[in-house]
Amino acid sequence: MAKGMSEPAIKFQGVFRAFGDVMAVRDLDLEIPAGSVAVLLGPNGAGKTTTIRLSTGALAADSGQISVLGLDPRVDAGEIRQLSGVVPPKPAFYERLSGRANLQFAAQLWGLESDLAIEESAQRFGISGSLDSDVGGYSTGMRTRLALARAVLHDPAVLFLDEPTAGLDPESARAVLALITELAGKGRTIVMCTHLLHEAEGIADQVVMMSEGHAWVAGPPDHLVNEYWDDRRVHLDAENREALAVVKEFEGVVASETNGFVTVELDDLNRLPALVQRLVTQGVRLTRVEPVQPTLEQLYFEMQRHHRGEEAKS
Amino acid sequence: MNWHRAWAVTRTDLQQLAKSRDYWLPMGLLAGLFFVVVPVVALNVIASAQGSDAIEQIGTVLQSLPISIQNNIQGDSPEVRAAFAIAVYLLAPIAIIVPLTIAAAVGSNTIVGERERGTGEFLAHSPITERELYAGKLLAALIPGYASTLVGFGVYSVLVNLIVGPKLGGWFFPTAGWWVLILWVVPPFIAIALSLIVRISARVQSAAAAQQAASLVSLPVIVVSYAVASGLIYDPLRSGLATGALAWLTAYILVITGAKSLRRETLLGIGIGAGKRVAVPRRQEGIAGPAKG
Repeated sequence: MAKGMSEPAIKFQGVFRAFGDVMAVRDLDLEIPAGSVAVLLGPNGAGKTTTIRLSTGALAADSGQISVLGLDPRVDAGEIRQLSGVVPPKPAFYERLSGRANLQFAAQLWGLESDLAIEESAQRFGISGSLDSDVGGYSTGMRTRLALARAVLHDPAVLFLDEPTAGLDPESARAVLALITELAGKGRTIVMCTHLLHEAEGIADQVVMMSEGHAWVAGPPDHLVNEYWDDRRVHLDAENREALAVVKEFEGVVASETNGFVTVELDDLNRLPALVQRLVTQGVRLTRVEPVQPTLEQLYFEMQRHHRGEEAKS
Repeated sequence: MNWHRAWAVTRTDLQQLAKSRDYWLPMGLLAGLFFVVVPVVALNVIASAQGSDAIEQIGTVLQSLPISIQNNIQGDSPEVRAAFAIAVYLLAPIAIIVPLTIAAAVGSNTIVGERERGTGEFLAHSPITERELYAGKLLAALIPGYASTLVGFGVYSVLVNLIVGPKLGGWFFPTAGWWVLILWVVPPFIAIALSLIVRISARVQSAAAAQQAASLVSLPVIVVSYAVASGLIYDPLRSGLATGALAWLTAYILVITGAKSLRRETLLGIGIGAGKRVAVPRRQEGIAGPAKG
């Protein structure tokens, strides 16, 4: 059993790692709560893959402190790897061996005695029928399913997914996202790297924005929305929609647009309760009052814009 | 050291090897050439070439050997004595060349092969230790090399006895020197070469480079072992046992140091021929971390 389960599942403090003269990870701070789904967002070269490699101890940090499941990769890397599963960006296999032989190899490395886990894992990802075929003949989607089966074979406490849906067909991509949701439901910690923002939509408990080896902002999506998203638009709808036309006459309404429902822009979102109260008083039977929420993509670019503004100021 | 994990690596490599016809076919041909074709042709030609210049020359060479060795050479006629000498003494080094070539071909691709395939990433994130991986890879190269020696040696023994045996009154091979060579001397020599080759395989950038470097390593090892094999056959019990003991000790040291030299990062292709490292700063007090929402 890993020690210190009350601590964050993964914690980086001032971590640096360079490759030659390239600084891959620079003063990285990271805190991923146990049992959460964390999405590392950032462009290629942001340091996401290096962060995963540092977490499992596949790479050693040049300086700084790392803790995974309360363990230090410099000391307990073997135990961390025993408790982790990794799906790399381009899953590789022994092409001349069958899917089953590849899974058996993984099972042996993780000390699994029986083939039961292999059968269950293959079943779970829909590759049971191809398990005895050579991996060389697998499609990209099947290879990813096999990589997922291999990564969760030993029921890891932490699962790292590095660009898991890159190049996948929609069905396989859905299998990846379903796995994340399922494992998160079981209390596993999931760390997913992606530069596809829509992938993180709806599954992330924690978003970490990275660039140039540094995490420049991190937190739950709703907190980030509160902090960085300054959109004062509200969608309104009512049983008697035509009655909503009066809203543009209200104080504080900057703009109003009708597209089936009505979208109004306020000069201050704090005016919303008063606006709703007035509509109700005027006999409008409201069915929808919903502040406009950003997609993760919109939020990402907004935060990036904000970050650049901050950098320019400093 | 978890031997189950090391053996899993060995078994996986051997399974791949068994499915790699493009590998074992040429290696099988090589073994067949050295253990079957060359001996059969040479022994048949010598055994049936009565009174030729070649027989006289071989006879002259044999007379120049120490009396103790001359006394070991069996046969009544010059042809039979020449065939005996070739079978027992001159072809002995093939027992080194073949396994070393086969083992080097396998060994050179071990670590760099994982990296080129991308499976190095999987291994790097797995619980296997560098030492277990090194041991597994070493065994995966040593087993086919040594197995080819045993099989080739068996086939060679049968052929020699069939061709030369009837003229000597029965089966005479393997001699004591060959037993020492095969069971005591060959294994450590393969291990010596492989300990160096697997080390190289972890440090070069491509499989092609690994094979080139492996050739450079195996050539001197072959030359040394050829000389040793040729020499100890003449005096098997003393020099053979001593040479084998020295080779085992050398192999042990090289294997242990080789296992320690393997770094996990090389499985990821990092640190291979790397240039200078930048000076890495440490966190200074007062530097802010990322904003927490």
